[in-house]
Amino acid sequence: MMREILASVSIFDIVFVAIAGFTLLCALAMILFNNIVHSMVAMIFCFLGIAGVYFTMDAGFIGMVQIMVYAGAISVILIFAFMVLMSRDPARSNRYSPRKGSILAGFFASGIIAAMLGYAIIATEFPVSGLPDAEVNQMEVIADLMLGSYVIPFEAAAILLLVAVIGAILLAKGVEKDR
Amino acid sequence: MDLWFTNIANYIVQLLMSWGFPYFWADLILLLIQWMCVLAIVVLDVIILIWLERKAAGFIQMRLGPNRLGPFGIFQTIADAIKLMTKEDIIPNKVDKWIFLTAPLFMIFISVMLYLVLPIGEGLAVVDLDVGLLYFLSLSSLTTICVLMAGWGSNNKWSLMGAMRAVAQMITYEVPLILSLLGIVMITGSLRLSDIVAAQSHVWLIIMQPLALICYFIAATAELNRGPFDMPEAEQELTAGAYTEYTGMRWALFFLAEYTNLVAVSALFVCLFLGGWHGPFLPQWLWIPVKTYVVICVFFWIKWTFPRIRMDHLMSFSWKVLIPLSLLNIVLTGFGIEIFAWVRGL
Repeated sequence: MMREILASVSIFDIVFVAIAGFTLLCALAMILFNNIVHSMVAMIFCFLGIAGVYFTMDAGFIGMVQIMVYAGAISVILIFAFMVLMSRDPARSNRYSPRKGSILAGFFASGIIAAMLGYAIIATEFPVSGLPDAEVNQMEVIADLMLGSYVIPFEAAAILLLVAVIGAILLAKGVEKDR
Repeated sequence: MDLWFTNIANYIVQLLMSWGFPYFWADLILLLIQWMCVLAIVVLDVIILIWLERKAAGFIQMRLGPNRLGPFGIFQTIADAIKLMTKEDIIPNKVDKWIFLTAPLFMIFISVMLYLVLPIGEGLAVVDLDVGLLYFLSLSSLTTICVLMAGWGSNNKWSLMGAMRAVAQMITYEVPLILSLLGIVMITGSLRLSDIVAAQSHVWLIIMQPLALICYFIAATAELNRGPFDMPEAEQELTAGAYTEYTGMRWALFFLAEYTNLVAVSALFVCLFLGGWHGPFLPQWLWIPVKTYVVICVFFWIKWTFPRIRMDHLMSFSWKVLIPLSLLNIVLTGFGIEIFAWVRGL
């Protein structure tokens, strides 16, 4: 039995387990660290781990976008915001809430999310329609879908982001009064 | 002569397989050897470049530069390196220890990783990724975090201010950097660096994309934190910016990473605009280093000629000039491709 299992394990499975374990460990560290800057660094490694999972699935383009957007840009902006806004001792900036109610609410919310995700994974069938074609250029497929069939949702999302950026600038700078 | 290195690699793999290694492991060992070669190239380059930059600066400022150790002071860098390695590694009391200690290691690691996709010659990239250009850009965006870690971990106001300036500058200039390269991707239709170089066998992209070249060069200078955009470590006001608290080898690692990035960005510039390995007479793997050093010399020339630019000018220059210009370049390239296709169809 044991030997059969060992024989069926390929090197890619080992790599996947290593990367997934690393990602989960970083996610845990992000929650458990007391210092919010340490948490952010753990979160960046978590993002890199997720990119690694994409790479093992031969989705290089999405992995690269994950690194560039999440690990490279979004987390930097978050760290920036924390550094500018932090008004207390950094070593105690990411502690548990002392209130019992909020701990209970946290357990409740995360339990519901875990249950929903678990149900979705079990209930969905994942049909294997042959191995992916290595010759197909993934970026062309993605580009065709985004700028072809789904161009209107894509542009709508872009406009939504633009509105959000303009709104943020307006909120931050304020409307100039008439002179 | 063109195929020396390819032949050596094939020979190593065959040798390992004849010793009984399966192909997978032989390939892995070859990858390790290539990784070691990249490290050796990096260290050698940095030793040469530091000497070259000091000599170039001396020439531009009408002084001699290093001139005591060896002919033309060529061993000065080696002496400096020995001094830095033997210095005490001071860890101040109130630093955020782990972040302070690991920041330089991550920085040099990321800078060396950049070399993996650069094609030194036809088929001479360590890993010829199909998203090579994106790999280069996304990894180099990670260096921002290392600078931020160094600045935050040092627990020093100069370090933090330097890091904040560096991050603001690097995030701002990443936008025109990436936008200016889209024109190249539109023309060549690929993100694989070897494809982009192969597409330049007749015409170098410097002729087809002059606007992108200017935008990319300026944005790359800012990304590298080099003069005239070296506000993050403006010595007169911030001592040494994010690196103020670092000593000895850890400081040297930052320095090493900075020059490593410089070489990587210049080599990418050569691959994208200056035809990569294409060129007459010399073997192809020699053309990239030659062209790269020319580009690096232009970087030196600009750094030691222009005065430093004020921070607010720097930011508004990117948002109000460079980004619109690189967007215009995308539009013009689109029209150009359509017109070219139309003329061809006539």
